[in-house]
Amino acid sequence: MATNYDYEEAPATYDEAHRQDLGYDPNFVPDSVKSLVVHLYRHIREKNVYEIHQMYEISFQTLSDRLFKDTPWPSVDAVAHFVDNDQVFCLLYREMWFRHIYARLSPTLKQRIDSWDNYCSLFQVVLHSVVNMQLPNQWLWDMVDEFVYQFQSFCQYRAKMKNKTEQEIALLRQYDQAWNVYGVLNYLQAFVEKSNIIQILEQEKEGLEQFTATDGYDYSGGSNVLKVLGYFSMVGLLRVHCLLGDYQTGLKCLLPIDISQQGVYTSVIGSHITTIYHYGFANLMLRRYVDAIREFNKMLLYIYKTKQYHQKSPQYEQILKKNEQMYALLAICLSLCPQVKLVEETVNSQLREKYGEKMARMQRYDDEAFAIYDELFSYACPKFITPSAPSFEEPLVNYNQDAYRLQLKLFLYEVKQQQLLSGVRTFLKVYSTISLGKLANYMEVDDPTLRTILLTYKHKTHAVDSEGKVISNADVDFYIDDVRKTFSLCKYLCAAEKMCFKLPCVLYNFIAADTDGIHKQLWTNLRLAFQVTLLQDMIHVVESKPVKRYGDYFLRQIVKLEGVINDMDRIKLD
Amino acid sequence: MRRERETPKQQQQQVSYTVEHLVAVNPYNPDILPDLENYVNEQVSSQTYSLDANLCLLRLYQFEPERMSNQIVARILVKALMAMPAPDFSLCLFLIPERVQMEEQFKTLIVLSHYLETGRFRQFWDEAAKSRHIVEAVPGFEQAIQSYAIHVLSLTYEKIQRPVLAEAINIEGLSLDKFLEYQAANSGWILEKGHGRGQLIVLPQNEFNHPELKKSDADSVPLEHITRIFPILG
Repeated sequence: MATNYDYEEAPATYDEAHRQDLGYDPNFVPDSVKSLVVHLYRHIREKNVYEIHQMYEISFQTLSDRLFKDTPWPSVDAVAHFVDNDQVFCLLYREMWFRHIYARLSPTLKQRIDSWDNYCSLFQVVLHSVVNMQLPNQWLWDMVDEFVYQFQSFCQYRAKMKNKTEQEIALLRQYDQAWNVYGVLNYLQAFVEKSNIIQILEQEKEGLEQFTATDGYDYSGGSNVLKVLGYFSMVGLLRVHCLLGDYQTGLKCLLPIDISQQGVYTSVIGSHITTIYHYGFANLMLRRYVDAIREFNKMLLYIYKTKQYHQKSPQYEQILKKNEQMYALLAICLSLCPQVKLVEETVNSQLREKYGEKMARMQRYDDEAFAIYDELFSYACPKFITPSAPSFEEPLVNYNQDAYRLQLKLFLYEVKQQQLLSGVRTFLKVYSTISLGKLANYMEVDDPTLRTILLTYKHKTHAVDSEGKVISNADVDFYIDDVRKTFSLCKYLCAAEKMCFKLPCVLYNFIAADTDGIHKQLWTNLRLAFQVTLLQDMIHVVESKPVKRYGDYFLRQIVKLEGVINDMDRIKLD
Repeated sequence: MRRERETPKQQQQQVSYTVEHLVAVNPYNPDILPDLENYVNEQVSSQTYSLDANLCLLRLYQFEPERMSNQIVARILVKALMAMPAPDFSLCLFLIPERVQMEEQFKTLIVLSHYLETGRFRQFWDEAAKSRHIVEAVPGFEQAIQSYAIHVLSLTYEKIQRPVLAEAINIEGLSLDKFLEYQAANSGWILEKGHGRGQLIVLPQNEFNHPELKKSDADSVPLEHITRIFPILG
């Protein structure tokens, strides 16, 4: 397709920043670049995956830092003859070329369109011809990741119609297929289907296939490119669907990957983080707070332990950014669903440090609280997009914020519905039983209103999971019973130590007369419960106590003891 | 006679099979939009429901806003409301542009959803009565909401007073008596006499309204972990 892109012909008027003044020669190829390209080409032909990875990850970055800090790499035409004009290599080179532009410079509209053309050509080759390469997972992940990123970037760019020049509008009209949402989704879907990755993962569970065990690489002379691209495209689809606001479908696309285990998605740190970040965010919007908290917790702990190994990597900044965003999302989740037990100690202390104060304020549910929810959500959310083509009618407007504003508005709406739950929770933690009337009094609402609040609490804390089952994520729970008559008063009182006190008014007077020491405590409680009115509905609070996990402990000790015995067996006594 | 009656139903089943198939294998395709719209109408008339197909349609509307049909969107939202306690209604709203949500019928639906989400059943039924044209267009609406109401009440109450139940499901008098008898016979409800105040209904015990039934799986150990020590156990 667009192979003869001549950089010198790009009119400077397209570029808002006017940074790419062609103050350099796109055809000049420094020796170091020639060497890189020649060696990389040879390694790809010889399938030396380790060397490819070294050159891709390290050499390319070093040269970019040293020679191409703010200029593009030499054009593909200038390097083509070093690599026998190999079509596939040239497509790969161009993909990296454009990625460099996006990372260090600011792409023009023409460059965005040409990059799309390049992806189309590259993907067509992989999908429809037999590709005999083995590329490192890092590279394959970067391709999918960059593809989605450029799509997102293009939608944001296109939605800012206000200051577009005539030429830009003309180009947009002419190339309306570039970064079209159907095209993007269908390429990702095509990778998933053509690679058969879903069936491969299924069969792997039954031991009929090897994929995860080899990290996706093919040791029988074949190529890993299509399979691994198919695998990473599932993550790509999750990401695109989150950008569109369709969280349910996004999670469905990720379903074939078992995130409770290691997998090819954990073989590349970028892919691991992107997967968990979007999985967690989607669950947050689906109100499955417990699932989100669990995964964020695991991921943040992992990053904490391993980020030192990535300090030199070009992804380090991205890793740190996503780390901070996930802490913000975790703060939101825990404020809406206080399940501190799910959070590991290290993560919890980091969280307190960063957001301890804000979380306290969020749980007050006043105006300031909503402002903080707004702030954290806006900081941590994905860059939502409007996928439809722009209207070219006058007046031209910027609508790039529309998608984000809608998601934020709906999120805050949900937060507002949970406003009164925090108050209920506080009271439930203090009382083991309390009458409806009394609680209504304390919360300064009337009985019917309190009933609706309690129903809301139950509804919001009992989420429906992906299989339609109801799960409780409440840390403090309750149920409502009615006042019951009881005849065996004394026996009942003795047994009622931590149970509900359900007594009609007839017996109230009887107890008032009984100030015997044994029943004194019960009497005080009764008085508290029945002060206001009689025949009340009673709320019984059920707090889940943390259970000691003996099972795990025993397992660990058994294994340990076995180890000690084996060591002792090995000792030879003279 | 039987064969004649079965064919349209079979045809219907074939249609739903085809649409579900399309949504599964070829969802990002503007050509299936009319099929998905027909499927929505079919869900309404045959009292079935498919979230995936409806989300697929809302996505296509997002990609091509000029093809959006407000009537179809309203029907999708009513169906989503009927799926409560599942969060389907919010999931659909995420995909509908803000300016569309500002229209009268959608504002009403959002208000109805709000009342249901916050347990305000009395206000819900009042508002629904005012908007009959929206909700009566979808058969089965009333029963679905009553089912949701009972679900939330079952989570909350072990015993509930008759007036509270009546308000939540919007049934009174003789109809309520008949309803309670039916539930007592089929769903394990027990009708008790409250002291001088009227009936008390004892709802079936589940792990949410009866704490003793709550399964404690905190200390259960998954089988995979036990298999690790099989070699040691010998």
